[in-house]
Amino acid sequence: MTEWIEIGSIDAIPRRGSRCVNTPAGRIAVFRTQDDQIFAIENRCPHRQGPLSEGIVHGASVTCPLHNWVFDLATGQALGADEGQVKTYPIDIVERRIFMAGERILVAAE
Amino acid sequence: MTEKLVIIGNGMAPGRMLEHLFEAAPGRYAVTIFNAEPRVNYNRLMLSPVLSGEKTYEEIITHGDDWYAENGVTLHKSSPVTLIDREARKVISTNGIVADYDKLVIATGSSPFIPPVPGHQLPGVVTYRDLDDVDKMLAVGPGARVVVIGGGLLGLEAAAGLKMRGMDVTVLHLMPTLMERQLDPAAGYLLEKAFKDRGVTVITKANTKQVLGTDRVEGVELNDGMIIPCEMVVMAVGIRPSSGLAKASGLAVNRGIVVDDQMRTDDPHIFALGECAEHRGTCYGLVAPLYEMGQVLAHTLAEQEASYQGSVTSTKLKVTGIDLFSAGDFGEGEDREEIVLRDATAGVYKRLVLKDDRIIGAVLYGETADGPWFFDMLKRGVDTRELRDTLIFGQAYQGGTPLDPMAAVAALPDEAEICGCNGVCKGKITGAITGKGLTSLDGVRAHTKASASCGSCTHLVEQLLHATLGDAYNPAAVQPMCPCTEYGHDDVRRLIIAKGLKSIPAVMQELEWKTSCGCAKCRPALNYYLVADWPGEYEDDGQSRFINERVHANIQKDGTYSVVPRMWGGMTNPKELRAIADVADKFAIPAVKVTGGQRIDLLGVKKEDLPAVWADLNAAGMVSGAAYAKGLRTVKTCVGSDWCRFGTQDSTGLGIRIEKFMWGAWTPAKLKLAVSGCPRNCAEATCKDIGVICVDSGYDIHFAGAAGLDIKGTELLCHADSEDEALEIIVALTQLYREQGRYLERIYKWAKRVGTPSIKANVVDDLAKRRHYFERFVYSQTFAQVDPWEERVNGKDAHEFAAMAEFGMPVAAE
Ligand code: SRM
Ligand SMILES: Cc1cc2nc3c(=O)[nH]c(=O)nc-3n(C[C@H](O)[C@H](O)[C@H](O)COP(=O)(O)OP(=O)(O)OC[C@H]3O[C@@H](n4cnc5c(N)ncnc54)[C@H](O)[C@@H]3O)c2cc1C
Ligand code: SF4
Ligand code: FES
Repeated sequence: MTEWIEIGSIDAIPRRGSRCVNTPAGRIAVFRTQDDQIFAIENRCPHRQGPLSEGIVHGASVTCPLHNWVFDLATGQALGADEGQVKTYPIDIVERRIFMAGERILVAAE
Repeated sequence: MTEKLVIIGNGMAPGRMLEHLFEAAPGRYAVTIFNAEPRVNYNRLMLSPVLSGEKTYEEIITHGDDWYAENGVTLHKSSPVTLIDREARKVISTNGIVADYDKLVIATGSSPFIPPVPGHQLPGVVTYRDLDDVDKMLAVGPGARVVVIGGGLLGLEAAAGLKMRGMDVTVLHLMPTLMERQLDPAAGYLLEKAFKDRGVTVITKANTKQVLGTDRVEGVELNDGMIIPCEMVVMAVGIRPSSGLAKASGLAVNRGIVVDDQMRTDDPHIFALGECAEHRGTCYGLVAPLYEMGQVLAHTLAEQEASYQGSVTSTKLKVTGIDLFSAGDFGEGEDREEIVLRDATAGVYKRLVLKDDRIIGAVLYGETADGPWFFDMLKRGVDTRELRDTLIFGQAYQGGTPLDPMAAVAALPDEAEICGCNGVCKGKITGAITGKGLTSLDGVRAHTKASASCGSCTHLVEQLLHATLGDAYNPAAVQPMCPCTEYGHDDVRRLIIAKGLKSIPAVMQELEWKTSCGCAKCRPALNYYLVADWPGEYEDDGQSRFINERVHANIQKDGTYSVVPRMWGGMTNPKELRAIADVADKFAIPAVKVTGGQRIDLLGVKKEDLPAVWADLNAAGMVSGAAYAKGLRTVKTCVGSDWCRFGTQDSTGLGIRIEKFMWGAWTPAKLKLAVSGCPRNCAEATCKDIGVICVDSGYDIHFAGAAGLDIKGTELLCHADSEDEALEIIVALTQLYREQGRYLERIYKWAKRVGTPSIKANVVDDLAKRRHYFERFVYSQTFAQVDPWEERVNGKDAHEFAAMAEFGMPVAAE
């Protein structure tokens, strides 16, 4: 059974912004869109490892700060001409609190 | 033999007439023009955009000096004619120039009517007719209180323009509602509300008793005793044909100079043209009839058959953001019917006046796209009985399903008038597009004059281009900012000001952005425009800034950051160097480098360490060097007269002074300056955005250099005698760039686009303008000169510098 671990409140992330969750397997970037949708993806651009959490968030996508690749936050797919994908992580929200599937976070900790 | 044609007045009517004449009878006349104004011919209609700042004078010139030269026309500027000697057939100007004529054209236009209330002659009372009036109005400067007397088209355009220039404007109107001749009270109210929403005070039923003041205007007193204090009064109550000279010469004059259908006065050698002429009892105050007269007169002078039959006029209020169209006759009468449509929520009002089922008057407010359609039916006297039920909904609703706008223009008959100012019909435009192979708006303007005067039909002309050329028409002469919008950078900047848009959502809403919250291209641009245009009012949107500007450090390829503190003018001292060394040790910063900008870069700082690094640098008196900013970067200097045997001035001191004055300013792209102490130029000032070369006699100010992706030496802007003057010019130049530059456009690209002459005109030649830009910069700096590092040391945006949650072992920076 999936264990859901709380990572914080959605209010901890600015609208059209992102915060990181540090895990033993690497950083996960958690995004909040203008309309309060929350997405979590791997914080590593497949192009040259740019930290996606530092990008500009627009609609449900983010533009990488290093060389402007654009990723769909829901699917992790690179948009436009670029090809690549980042991992996405399922999220659950209860009363503005964000939960992430524990096995994803803790998997590498063992 | 060439005949001598003399023209008195150099306004819009004779300008157009001459174009027709040179086409119809090239070389027939040697033309001499006397003009009271000290300049060439310009588009008077566009004074309102000049007043509001949406256009410059240079942009509205219709006939430049080269045009007169090419056509062999002698133009006497600043030479009002005071005498016509009809016996000897010559005219004489106040400055003593005499010219003989075979044919004389009087085209003196109109003069503003000034009601003779006490105080009307005080300095500070101005009218609104020519460029000098505009300059006078702008001279009082932002913040001034202005009373505009007259709530007609002219008064309202003046009020809107002055308001956009930051003045505090009150409109006084004698009647109970604005523009009562065109609008019924309800529509007048909508208009009044639109002005009030822009912050213009409107007082109706305001009967001016007197203008108050001793040495100059201090206020206006109304009949009911109310006093409105002000520094300037704009009189816009009406115009009178300028027919005094003709009358003094014994020509037949009623209100205007009486002419026949060939534009001839009662002296066969003398013609009258334009607003000063009276034809069949009517004097016109709009440009379209004058152009028709000009065409007739040109043919008459070329001895070709032509006759003027009078005109029906339509007009548009040229205030950006307020759409108002009116045409024809609105007087009440037994035999007249009205159709009125109101949509209060959409702010739309439409009124048609019908007589015998034919439209004789139309007013459209809020939604004016159908103006040409109604006006066309009005002029052709179309029987509207069949359309009656849906007429008011406009062309799109005829025939059941709404047409899209493209189909609507496509459906217009060839005779439908598109450009009211120049009387250009659809067929002529489409004919020119196919016949002459035109592909752009400018091409259509050049060949047909459509959209070349007041510009309010531009949209229709573009639709015609599109309808005629299909996808071959590429309106991207204006490159959209990004795929989220159709607007280019300049339009967006103009509309932000014109519509008073003060937030990114407001811009996106009003300018109909196609995406919900923009993209990584448009958001930073919009954020900059709003920061630059509304200092102190707009709240910076960090989420719309690139990461570097959001966290005030430069992101590196491995996700770490670099930190560059300011070293004013490249000067440092042991205390600063020690603090830098200590910080590098304390935070194990892997690299310390001297930059190409005369300061020190600490590279490889972890994001979470940034606030602590800054705290230590702040403690030693250092602030952010903004090495990441589309803003002021560095002012490089050389040692100058302090040490160097060739130094002519204190280049180091001036560089430091400039940097201390300008740090913190955001600019369209990065801004780098340098000051060299002599022409040997050790600070490399001649490849900077702005560079100063000190010389014995003062300071040569250069600008528009580049030494990055492009390499380009600077251009000399001007010479300044003192440091103070140099600083003022540099700052004014920067502010002009801040207001006109497109996001990411360096100074050299901006200068290439707008032209060095227009830049010089604003910051070199005209002291008042220079001061105006200087002061705007200074004002904006009061909000900008806050060290972003110190703010973050004190807790601002703390979320940026810490993870949201940590699990398991901490990870190293990626
Ligand atoms: C550090 C420095 C190189 C050095 O080690 O000396 C440097 C480093 C960078 N430059 Fe530069 N430039 C540096 C002086 C220059 C100069 C020389 C100068 O300023 O006198 C130029 C040529 C003059 C000019 O600005 O055009 C220069 C022309 C550029 C350009 C090309 C700009 C252009 O419009 O053509 C870029 C790219 C850009 O801005 O898009 C750039 C971009 C960059 C960036 C910001 C690349 C980036 O986007 O990450 C580098 C950031 C490194 C960092 O984190 O510090 N850098 N760069 C210099 C910092 C100066 C300072 O103290 O602020
Ligand atoms: C701010 C403003 C906005 C306007 N907007 C519109 C609009 O949107 N639509 C529209 O249709 N119309 C508009 N008009 C009206 C339009 O500008 C005029 O109808 C048109 O300019 C008249 O042309 P004209 O040649 O008859 O006279 P003008 O253009 O006024 O030219 C007359 C010239 O003669 C000169 N002159 C006068 N006396 C002498 C003399 N004795 N000797 C030598 N020179 C002399 C004057 O200095 C002036 O330069 C606007 C007018 C103004 C002021
Ligand atoms: S020249 Fe400038 S942008 Fe290029 S690698 Fe060096 S520092 Fe970076
Ligand atoms: S690392 Fe993300 S686009 Fe290059």
